[in-house]
Amino acid sequence: MQARDRIELVADREAEAEARAEAARAAMALRAITVSYGESPAVFSVDATFPRDSLIAIVGPNGAGKSTLLKAALGIVPRLSGTVTVFGAPLERARARVAYVPQRASVDWDFPTRVIDVVLMGLYRELGLLGFVRASHRERALACLARVGMTDFADRQIGQLSGGQQQRVFLARALAQDADLYLLDEPFAGVDAATEKAIIDVLKALKAEARTVVCVHHDLATVTAYFDRVLLINTRRIAEGPVATAFTAENLQATYGGRLASAHIDQLRLSEQG
Amino acid sequence: MGADFVQLSLTPILIGVLAAIACALPGNFLILRRQALIGDAISHVVLPGIVVAFLVTGSLASLPMLLGAAGASLIAVLLIETIRRLGRIEPGAAMGVVFTAMFAGGVLLLEQSDTSGVHLDVEHALMGNLESLIWFDATGWSSLLDPVALASLPPELPRIALVAALITVLMLVFWRPLKLSTFDEGFAATLGLPVRLIGLALVAASAVAAVAAFDAVGSIIVIAMFICPPATARLMTERLEHQVAWSTGFAALSAVLGYVLAGYGPLWLGSAHAVSAAGMIATVSGLMLAAACLAAPHRRRIGQPSA
Repeated sequence: MQARDRIELVADREAEAEARAEAARAAMALRAITVSYGESPAVFSVDATFPRDSLIAIVGPNGAGKSTLLKAALGIVPRLSGTVTVFGAPLERARARVAYVPQRASVDWDFPTRVIDVVLMGLYRELGLLGFVRASHRERALACLARVGMTDFADRQIGQLSGGQQQRVFLARALAQDADLYLLDEPFAGVDAATEKAIIDVLKALKAEARTVVCVHHDLATVTAYFDRVLLINTRRIAEGPVATAFTAENLQATYGGRLASAHIDQLRLSEQG
Repeated sequence: MGADFVQLSLTPILIGVLAAIACALPGNFLILRRQALIGDAISHVVLPGIVVAFLVTGSLASLPMLLGAAGASLIAVLLIETIRRLGRIEPGAAMGVVFTAMFAGGVLLLEQSDTSGVHLDVEHALMGNLESLIWFDATGWSSLLDPVALASLPPELPRIALVAALITVLMLVFWRPLKLSTFDEGFAATLGLPVRLIGLALVAASAVAAVAAFDAVGSIIVIAMFICPPATARLMTERLEHQVAWSTGFAALSAVLGYVLAGYGPLWLGSAHAVSAAGMIATVSGLMLAAACLAAPHRRRIGQPSA
């Protein structure tokens, strides 16, 4: 073996070890995730690293596999390939540290249950199969509702809520889980301005408590204001990193192709030059 | 209301009530999961299973009948899954294809084979034979304490009682995961709950209820009880716990009311012949649903888009 090859081999090994160490430090690390619903893959060989204590946006066009990536990371949809590491452990051993907020439209809001009951679902791991719901559990659920400004709605049937209120209830359920990693699927989709403010305040507070928050996000205009890291995907990973370096006009163009309204890119170009 | 009632009406009413409850309990969850037709499907596909079991064993004993029915349900569930995956069509359509085809196959088998000598025909499959499940050895209420008389209870009664008890206990024990995964399957999966297994177990429990009830009361009642009492109950409350309680009450009420109306209703109207109890029970449950649609407290949301 020639010296140069040997040096490259050592360098490869060092890079591999470094990647493993990074995965162990991260809140969540995804390696080569591929998911397919039919003929062509919805997500193809995506790597992503979500460092601890950060607020991360997953951004990409409709049908780019953002939600699918989240679901595959959580084992909700089966992966064709790939590994998921959560706080350095396989997902199965770290489930208690992860909270998930599905898309609001993914459930039937006509379901016969009350707001407080939905929030109590977040305490399932503690309550178990037959555990009795004590006053202390109710108080914790109410405290979570208070954090999203929904205390007065505790005894309402969930079908009576507006879209924004439903989203807040979902967030309260995740808060009840008291997790270290929060994965949210489109938390700002179709909500009113007050709700958007309430949600981002809670997410920033979670980050301040040294927790990690990952959101599938569709509104390019708010990425810079809300998040500190971004993952751009369109079936494949396009770019990943701090908003300042990864959320560039060039990367957006690569992610959205010709579909993106150019106004936003122009604006970004201007700010990059300025 | 004495000896005659205990001998002729007590056991059919009890069997009707228990069959109705055993079907209504899982029906609550099937409806919320948009799977209400599963009950319909199962109650149809048991027919070919029963016919094949009869042709193979030559007897109408209950064990081969139940095994045949269970086998047919299993085949149907596998077929539905296969067609849904290979054909990439929605589950409702896959179900429709499988259960109508299997029921039709059962009818053909029944007509082509020599079953004329026994009490196995299409009418029986649809209507059951609730009225004939009488308690021969009963002489009055005291028979309930008489071991000899109790031994001659129609075997359908202990069987459906066992199934109803089993389903009730399972539902109570697994209430929380069942409710959670019915409301939000994705979230339930992230908690580590085996959501697919829960879904399969619900269908399996429904199949057990349908097969046990089919044996005693026929498929019409099974279809009606899976859907009507839970749907009526949904209109009475906004809480699943209360809905299930209401549905149990509606199921029992339609069984009792249906049986009494079938037996005495035509007499009151001046006709000499009673009508099918199973048909009347199903009709009563449908009328209850209609009444609830018009007058129940929480009827407003039907067909109304959520905000």
